[in-house]
Amino acid sequence: MLPLSRPKIGVQGATGSWRFRKPEIDQGRCIGCGICWLYCPDSVIDVEDVSGKFRVRIDYTYCKGCGICASVCPVKAIKMVSEV
Amino acid sequence: MVKLTLTGNYCVAHAVKLSRVKVVSAYPITPQTTIVEKISEMVDSGDADIKMIRVESEHSALSAVYGAATAGARAFTATSSHGLLYMHEMVWWAAQARVPLVMAVVTRTIGPPWNIWTDHHDIMGQRDTGWLIAMAETNQEVLDETIKLFKITEDPRVFLPGIIGLDAFILSHTVEPVEVPEQEAVDSFLPERRQPYTIRFGDPLVMGNIPSDLLVNARMRWEVHKALESSAHVIDEVDREWGKITGRYYGGLVECYRCDDADFLFIGVGAWVGDMRLAVDKLRDVGYRFGALKVRYIRPFPGARILELVKGRKGVVVLDRSISAGSAGPIFLDLAAYLQGKRVTVPIKDVVAGLAGFEVNYEDFVKIGEKFAGEVLEVGWVKDYLEFYPSR
Repeated sequence: MLPLSRPKIGVQGATGSWRFRKPEIDQGRCIGCGICWLYCPDSVIDVEDVSGKFRVRIDYTYCKGCGICASVCPVKAIKMVSEV
Repeated sequence: MVKLTLTGNYCVAHAVKLSRVKVVSAYPITPQTTIVEKISEMVDSGDADIKMIRVESEHSALSAVYGAATAGARAFTATSSHGLLYMHEMVWWAAQARVPLVMAVVTRTIGPPWNIWTDHHDIMGQRDTGWLIAMAETNQEVLDETIKLFKITEDPRVFLPGIIGLDAFILSHTVEPVEVPEQEAVDSFLPERRQPYTIRFGDPLVMGNIPSDLLVNARMRWEVHKALESSAHVIDEVDREWGKITGRYYGGLVECYRCDDADFLFIGVGAWVGDMRLAVDKLRDVGYRFGALKVRYIRPFPGARILELVKGRKGVVVLDRSISAGSAGPIFLDLAAYLQGKRVTVPIKDVVAGLAGFEVNYEDFVKIGEKFAGEVLEVGWVKDYLEFYPSR
């Protein structure tokens, strides 16, 4: 027996239900730097290249709402909004 | 085969080169330093094709070679004393991850006070981690056992990392004539590296994720123990194979000197077993039939082999070069537990000696032997099962 596993999306279930604050992105302010993508501890942020412009997308099914992305965003383009 | 005069540390370096190790990472610490110094020289002169990774600590050194090993490279590190303690977390990690690799531990006293001489507290502190732990008596054994450890640790019946231990300065910095095997002989002896899994680009694999089933986790721990148990057989098998190639078979887990007709036995590990051999001869000259039993592997502990050799003797003196403070010496503890479990009763005395590198030679063993034999013959058992030497 070996302590090995394969990375798989959502092994702990839909962890988005743990969330009570939701990160919302102001796409107008976002400069597409990718810092939120780098810092997200759950890898639920994707930075996509949409016709030459970066676009940040969050997978809310698994985002636990920790707020790290909002905290590290250099242009304050991410806001934490209460869901309760 | 060539004969060279080499220090114990240079023997390790030659063995690493001959074993075609691909990655070495280490942090300098006396008395280990000349191992990696020699390896760097070999790399610099083009004699060895090894990637050296410079790091800022021993914790990182073992992490680096562990990473290289998981990626499929034969990897090696070396350390001593405080360096070994600093990497202790990764010592556990590498074994529980079942990654074969080899480390040389040049045994050295732990401070304070600051002290570079040999005792066995550093290496004995690793005995619960799941590594195989060998201790050498001579520089030839250092070279031979280092090469063998690559084969043993990479055997699918084992798949655990292994330590080659050698006493500071007594072996590490003292030259002896050593037979260095030809590269072709080592190549035919060592197969291609085998390991339980390999981490590759494009094939994501998580090692050590949080377990979803604690019983599975518990079984992994038990399997490390079972793998160490089955390594006993592999060690003997590999030792015999090496013996066929080189003429040097060491007896697997233990080696005995004049044990056949002995009433009393010394039991010890490491370089001072050489002094025990001399003491055995001297004691026999004055009428005490002693033998010396060298424990070559601390892990797996060779309980079954030792039992066969101590059964029916008048008495056994274990010489421990370290103490589990608040209990007794580790070799004694392992042996006493095993014999109790198998319902074998022999008078055993644990003499804790040579701590902090305090000089102990054959004359001291003669004194210890005479006193012990007298005591057993007088009272039929030992007076105190645990003693510090010298008693003054």
